[in-house]
Amino acid sequence: MSMRLVLRGREPRWLAPVLVLVAVVIVYLLTAGPIRGAGANPQAAYQRYIVTPLTQTTSLTEVVLAAIPILFTGLAVAVAFRSGYWNIGAEGQFLAGAIGATAPGLYLPNLPGPLAIPLALVAGALAGVLWSLVPALLRTRYRIDEVVTTLLLNPVALLLVQGLLNGPWRNSTSGFPVSNNLGAGYRMPLAIPGSRVHLGVVIAAVLAIAIWLVMSRTATGLRARAVGLSPDAARFSGISVRKTLLRSALISGAIAGLGGADQVLGVGHKLSQEVSSSYGYTGIVVATLGALTAGGVVLVALLLGDITVGAQNASLVLQLPPQMGEIVSSLLMLAVISMLVLRRYKVSWRRDRSGALAAADAPGGGGAAGPPGPPGSVSAAQSHDPASALPSMTASTAAPDSVSRAVSPPASAADIASPGAPSSSKTPLEQQLSTPDATVGTPGEEETV
Amino acid sequence: MTIAYLALLTAMLTTATPLVLAALGEVITERAGILNLGIEGTMYVGAFTGFLGAELFGSAWWGLLIAIVAGVLAGLLMAVLTVTLGVNQHVAGIGTTLLLIAACDFTSRLKYGGGTLPQIPKFGQLFADVPVASQFLLTYVTFLVIVPAAWYALRATGMGLKLGAVGENPEAADAAGISVARVRYAALAIGGALMAMGGAFLSLAMLGSFTLNITNGRGWVAIALVIFARWRVWPAVAGGLLFAAVDALQLQLVVTPEFAAVPREVMIALPYLVVIIALAVSGRNLRYPGAYLQPYRRT
Amino acid sequence: MNQSQSDRPGRGDMPAPGGLPPASSVGSAGFPGSLIGYDAARASGAGRSGSPEARAVPLVQLRGIRKSFGDLLVNDGVDLTLLPGEVHALLGENGAGKTTLMRILYGLTRPDGGVIEIAGAARTIASPGDAIGAGIGMVTQHFSLVGRMTVTDNLLLSRAGAGRLDRRAGRRMVAAAAERIGVHVDPDAVVEKLSVGEQQRVEILKALSRDCRVLILDEPTAVLVPQDVAALFASIRLLTAQGIGVLFISHKLGEVSEISDRVSVLRRGRIIDTVPTAGATPARLAEMMVGRPTVGVRRDDRDAAGGTELADAAPPSAPPKDVLSVRGLRLAGRGKEALAGVTLSVAPGEIVGVAGVSGNGQTELVQVLCGLAKPTAGTVTVNGIDVTGADPEKVIAAGLGRITEDRHACVVGKLTVAQNLVMEDLPRFRRGPFLDRTAIRAHAERLIEEFSIKAKPDDPISTLSGGNMQKVLLARTLARDPVALVVSQPTRGLDIGATEFVHRQLLARRAAGAAVLLVSEDLEELLALADRIVVIYEGALVGELPAAGADIERLGLMMAGQSAQSGAAA
Repeated sequence: MSMRLVLRGREPRWLAPVLVLVAVVIVYLLTAGPIRGAGANPQAAYQRYIVTPLTQTTSLTEVVLAAIPILFTGLAVAVAFRSGYWNIGAEGQFLAGAIGATAPGLYLPNLPGPLAIPLALVAGALAGVLWSLVPALLRTRYRIDEVVTTLLLNPVALLLVQGLLNGPWRNSTSGFPVSNNLGAGYRMPLAIPGSRVHLGVVIAAVLAIAIWLVMSRTATGLRARAVGLSPDAARFSGISVRKTLLRSALISGAIAGLGGADQVLGVGHKLSQEVSSSYGYTGIVVATLGALTAGGVVLVALLLGDITVGAQNASLVLQLPPQMGEIVSSLLMLAVISMLVLRRYKVSWRRDRSGALAAADAPGGGGAAGPPGPPGSVSAAQSHDPASALPSMTASTAAPDSVSRAVSPPASAADIASPGAPSSSKTPLEQQLSTPDATVGTPGEEETV
Repeated sequence: MTIAYLALLTAMLTTATPLVLAALGEVITERAGILNLGIEGTMYVGAFTGFLGAELFGSAWWGLLIAIVAGVLAGLLMAVLTVTLGVNQHVAGIGTTLLLIAACDFTSRLKYGGGTLPQIPKFGQLFADVPVASQFLLTYVTFLVIVPAAWYALRATGMGLKLGAVGENPEAADAAGISVARVRYAALAIGGALMAMGGAFLSLAMLGSFTLNITNGRGWVAIALVIFARWRVWPAVAGGLLFAAVDALQLQLVVTPEFAAVPREVMIALPYLVVIIALAVSGRNLRYPGAYLQPYRRT
Repeated sequence: MNQSQSDRPGRGDMPAPGGLPPASSVGSAGFPGSLIGYDAARASGAGRSGSPEARAVPLVQLRGIRKSFGDLLVNDGVDLTLLPGEVHALLGENGAGKTTLMRILYGLTRPDGGVIEIAGAARTIASPGDAIGAGIGMVTQHFSLVGRMTVTDNLLLSRAGAGRLDRRAGRRMVAAAAERIGVHVDPDAVVEKLSVGEQQRVEILKALSRDCRVLILDEPTAVLVPQDVAALFASIRLLTAQGIGVLFISHKLGEVSEISDRVSVLRRGRIIDTVPTAGATPARLAEMMVGRPTVGVRRDDRDAAGGTELADAAPPSAPPKDVLSVRGLRLAGRGKEALAGVTLSVAPGEIVGVAGVSGNGQTELVQVLCGLAKPTAGTVTVNGIDVTGADPEKVIAAGLGRITEDRHACVVGKLTVAQNLVMEDLPRFRRGPFLDRTAIRAHAERLIEEFSIKAKPDDPISTLSGGNMQKVLLARTLARDPVALVVSQPTRGLDIGATEFVHRQLLARRAAGAAVLLVSEDLEELLALADRIVVIYEGALVGELPAAGADIERLGLMMAGQSAQSGAAA
């Protein structure tokens, strides 16, 4: 038996939700062991993670509170990723935003709320822009990989926070590395009275709606999406790829910075080293799981907020270390994206009656898809394997998105077999049937999953 | 103001060791066309499992061995995601890092509660009384064995040739009968082992224990070094030494009266900034490996 | 000496030079014998002692090869024989099925039917590995070389183990193989620093180092400068003298006459004839290759052009101002200049066709005109506006409509048909800060109706067939009412209905007074639509003639690089 991945033409609608469910099951199975190892019942633990926080008003508001920062960073990452800018620096931009909001709160402590809050938020957003400016310029001017530069600025931002807290912003009464409390005007009003949920949730919600509107309803959004999906086609249509990337990078930084500012104003009321607990990185999980859409980000942020609160609960009640929440969320992301990759393929299991060889390693086979197989030096015996997949790939005729290739004259027949654009809607079995008798050996048995 | 040059040199070599190991690992995976952003998590796993192994078996060597095994497994996880499935490498890498760090912290919390972690048998320094030469055995091994071996393997062996071909032009490599998937799996496994060794050096040699956030972004620095070095071994070593030198320098400057006013954190941030500046100066319009970030499937 | 052999194809009794190595003994894993697997005695025996009268076992015999992609029959029962020591040219237009046939022989494409015999025995060639094992080597236009490695390393790649590389032996291998083709190659040169001609040599060396007896050269001269062509031909002659059979794919008559012993002409997937080169005139070959044009929609077909009387209206008395004008356009290319000073102009209400064999600068010309490449010299004006080296945005604004040969690079596959339709025109569809979705939808529905696109506005465009995708691009371009159009290979891969539709649209634009530059490798299309035809060859325009009553033979000769005079003489 060997596994290989065969491209499918058009995916059925039910497939994606089913695969996400499969991913959830995989996450459950993978975490059940460690949870049991920690002395808890996995089912009870998941009950705590997902359900318990939703059953009480207090914990429900805590879920919302926990969702706010990752809502900001998730939106920030989604905006950048959408246009193909790999901003991995939301963490640093978030911290920069926290610094930016703290500055006026310390130096202009007496401003009244209606002035103070907007000022601090703008300062935070600007700080986020500033923190994302250097990588963005390096990328769009000199094509220096933004992944590395945005990443490297994350520890630098944390050091900057620590430096300020150990230096000029050290608490004047306790001497601890925590800033003084900000002026009273800098306290973000509560959104839900009696809870800790502050107005940041409204800001985040407005932001999410705004991003959704811009992305789906405006020319700017359409251009950004085009650049992210296909820079070449965007350029052909007269869209400036460079400007679009720069704009997205800076907006992304602004949103992350706003998140940091909001966290300071709404939760801590002072700057501390722990102002971000990896919110920037979690933002990547949120954005990815949310399929880079504003609505998806909101849902996933709430889900992860749920799990975070649940994990704290479980750590108290079940003595299950709260890091299990992070394990679940990162594992969920990896499982979901892995499953969704499979969406474009059919997995076909093959058993050769002749007991011959795995198709996956014949040149042209889906070899790279499977676990590493023997090197591609192919013996004569292997060549008789009917499923050596290149020919079957070239037989892709009925796939809707490959018709143009398939019916083009042979000059472009090379396209069909050239890497990067294969597509096939035929099942492997059909493909076998379409190969000529002269060259077909014993057909293998196939089950298509 | 006086700078203790010998002490500087000594500290530089020690600090550079984990960076050089991790950067070498990343050179190998990126030469095969895979950006392994799981590097930070892999180093973390190396540090933690090394610590765990040393504690369980009472020997730093056992710790190192277990760290290497863990590193290979971390590399294979990346391989399944990026080679077999062809998941986006940025997302897979960040996800792997988050997962591995969370898993280590979970285990650490489970086993040791919230308190401080025990001291473990750590590596001793050779030539303890001789300046500069007083280093950990692993530092010697790194600079005198692993680095030259990696350089040689990449330059003069069939393995190195295949690695480069797979990262540069997988179609051509495939046409030459090389299994692209197999080479990339191997590269990620070996790279993971080296990264984990770098992490283990932190816990087993430098610290003798484990703390949260022990790697502190060193993986990201290693990634920057690789690009700075344009995927070559010796420049990566030089970059690691440069970072370590700035790091060692700031440690001295902090205690120098002239620099007393400068916040310590600015000093700590210095090497990061130096790397970014080096990247900005040297990294313009770089040519990445031809198949960088590209999953390969035969068609 | 080649000529003497090839004059009597099939009757030479050259012993198959040592025979092809038995398939089973040459697994691709190991190449027994000398490093380059080349047995000097064997080869010289083939070259010198082989008597042309003796009977040869063909190196390759193809019988009844059939292959279709969808409804398109690409190879329709092709028979072909390759003898030891001969150069067998496969001549045909783009799309005739040459490349597919060779890909089948090299195991890259699986045939629907037919038999491949190697050295007299039927073989299954299911992969390049099989082909290499059977002693077949292929050099395509897209080299599979690792650019950053040296020549030696590229040759070592397929045989290296894990351990130390024996580069010294590798260099010897390079030198020995280079000697066989009579060239000097620096084994330590980095491949990407070599000229294209030299890289091609490295590909040939690779094939030789794997002990190939059959060498397929797929349009080897397409990327070469004349000096390199001469060197390549000298190498080919050396190889055939060693008993190697060469399959030479081309559509350039001059080359085929010069190098080949026999020619098979392929048209629409069928072998028209196989003739000894010596007896075939270029004119005769051109006629076999091009065939007679059969025409669907024509320039003078008024009904087809939307019933407008303007279709063939007499030109206005004053000579019209050229709407699209190109002066001295140059563009650096890979190895040689891609555009070597192109000057042309298109008047309103005129279709100028650009004929030529692919790879002669058409792609680059279109790219420069579309704003996707910046020329090294020359100017481009559209409607009097200088758009030389301008971004696509400015080019579009100047009033140029663009259809390029690569449809997929012009659409964002995951966006919808409607979104792609307005992509170049977003400011027009604003309502306040937002896009006017109702207007976009109405616009899309109107165009879908008008251009009979089989899709809904909300379908992702990647789900459309090629013909429908092309219609979307056409609709997008024409909806802006461009004063000038650059259209490249507009009907490649389309079925007859879609083709006719596209043709009608272009004619309607001409009737409406647009200047149309039509780049096509399809001669019939050009003859049917264009007012005049210019021929592009190696990045320069080598001739111009009115389309009406154009001498196809002469056109074919010009396309094949024969000057107009010599073409007329032939």
